[in-house]
Amino acid sequence: MLEVAVCIGSSCHLKGSRLVVEGLQNLIAEHKLGDKIKLCGRFCMGNCQHGVCVAVQGTVHSVKPSELESFFANEIATRV
Amino acid sequence: MDRKFDTKVQYLKYQVLREVVRLAYKDRLLEEASTIPKRIVPGKVPTMRCCVFKERAILQERVRMASGGTSANPNIIEVIDIACDECPVGGFEVTNACRGCIAHRCEQACRKGAITFDQHQKAHIDKNKCVECGMCAKVCPYNAIMNFRRPCEQACMIKAISMNEDKVALIDESKCVRCGACVYMCPFGAIVDKSYILNVIDILRKAEKDPEVHVYAVVAPSISGQFSYAKLGQVIAGIMKCGFFQVVEAALGADMVAYKESAELVEKGFLLSSCCPAFVDFVHKEFPTMVQHISHNLSPQATIAQYIKKTDPKCKIVFIGPCTAKKMEVQLEEVKPYVDAAMTFEELQALFDGLDIDITTLPEEPLDNASYYGRIFARSGGLTDAVREGIKEHGLEFDFKPIACNGLAECRKALLLASRGKLPNNFIEGMACLGGCIGGAGCLTHGDKIASNIDKYGKEALEQTISGAVSQYLSKDYPVKENTEIPPSGAPFVPHAPTPEASSSPAAPSAQPVPTPPAAAPAPPAAASAPAPEPKAQPAP
Repeated sequence: MLEVAVCIGSSCHLKGSRLVVEGLQNLIAEHKLGDKIKLCGRFCMGNCQHGVCVAVQGTVHSVKPSELESFFANEIATRV
Repeated sequence: MDRKFDTKVQYLKYQVLREVVRLAYKDRLLEEASTIPKRIVPGKVPTMRCCVFKERAILQERVRMASGGTSANPNIIEVIDIACDECPVGGFEVTNACRGCIAHRCEQACRKGAITFDQHQKAHIDKNKCVECGMCAKVCPYNAIMNFRRPCEQACMIKAISMNEDKVALIDESKCVRCGACVYMCPFGAIVDKSYILNVIDILRKAEKDPEVHVYAVVAPSISGQFSYAKLGQVIAGIMKCGFFQVVEAALGADMVAYKESAELVEKGFLLSSCCPAFVDFVHKEFPTMVQHISHNLSPQATIAQYIKKTDPKCKIVFIGPCTAKKMEVQLEEVKPYVDAAMTFEELQALFDGLDIDITTLPEEPLDNASYYGRIFARSGGLTDAVREGIKEHGLEFDFKPIACNGLAECRKALLLASRGKLPNNFIEGMACLGGCIGGAGCLTHGDKIASNIDKYGKEALEQTISGAVSQYLSKDYPVKENTEIPPSGAPFVPHAPTPEASSSPAAPSAQPVPTPPAAAPAPPAAASAPAPEPKAQPAP
């Protein structure tokens, strides 16, 4: 199970964490990876300047909502 | 120092708390607690009482309250007996404004025949007959009859305060719901909410040594009208400077509650809100037959704390708000696992100053988790607005007939009617404090402008819909609409947990908001029938 955690703290929320969460949910559903990826939330990963923070197996990435698809393809889809 | 408190009693309480904070951080509290009174009242001239010695004796009691109070007394509200001024308790009395008129409206208005007249036609009230109804006072053209009730008794809407044989205020534990109205109203500061600020300091200092333990502050939305000398972002920065890892809005918990409560209302057809712990306690104590109708949701602060604890199981959570009753709520069995301590805005001000944090010099930190609707929970009627919006956003058809009860007197009236089946409404928003949470006893200030401040703060939220705010943790296609089942929080977008035990965590909320009310009507345990939290994210079925 690949763990993907999205920061939903204030800073990341203002930078669009909601769009990231919803986008990831849609992408996971689209690729039928629901049983392979565990999507979860967190409040703050200590990297507020570079939000939205998304941790994939413990490594924190900064993801812009507009770059979500390439992030999913490069960092998530390749690991499942 | 232009600290904004409503009264000097609050300021005095704050001074004591601040000194306690200072000594606690120096690890000198045990040794030096007895020096605090003299620090606050250094001179030989009394400024508050008959002599400095009494002032200091009372201050010593305040130090005790600031350090947790009497542990043998389970109530978080306590009377400092030597501080009680034993106010006159005459009730309705004729003052010398009585002109000795000949109309005698007072006599006509009195149904108990308690009013007599002397040879100068001046009225007198026979206390053996008087029932304190106040009719005589209402009809007197000179307003010569006045009610000399004690401010504490007057403030207590549920008549939990009387006086003991020494004429000192006495709290009836079987009635008191810890709303704190008497605390705020007592002109001598003789009734005090115990402070657990030492627990908060202990949590913060332990976390300082252990980087794996994060301390989260869950702040109530009423914070927006407080600390008016600084910007809200600076208050948030100040909280983080105290050692908190992150500040999260209790209003996001309110969004979660509104989302679930609106579905619960439609399912059950009649519901009492569960957000205000004093209201919930009131229902348990005075209307046990209505307990079954209380929403099974935890309060907003407990709901968000439950969620944060799932994302970060090692964390500690401190609620910061306007409420004294929350100090009682966090001791309840079903809330205890999630919230580690509760403190008031008064205590937060003392923590800032005890640590010499001047928040006006700090750069602003963001605070944005909740929607407009979650934020307006802070004022009377806000919860009702949110539930109405929740029904709309769920796309449910329901004839919503709410009543927003502002203060315990209105709550009592609605519950009385409801218990007899005569209430025309199907949803009771119960708020113990006048105005809602913004009228809470732990607020620094209670002003007329505060309610409009809350609406302004609500409009500043990034999310303007409840589902927008909760979509961060609830999938939008979760089948709420189809069967109006109440989704367990966190599903299917499960919060972070290191092991697969996420679904078997002690998360399931108990159906009973109060642990052991023997008289309580047995309600079906919602937790047992609720679906278990889904352990993984899945595409919509």
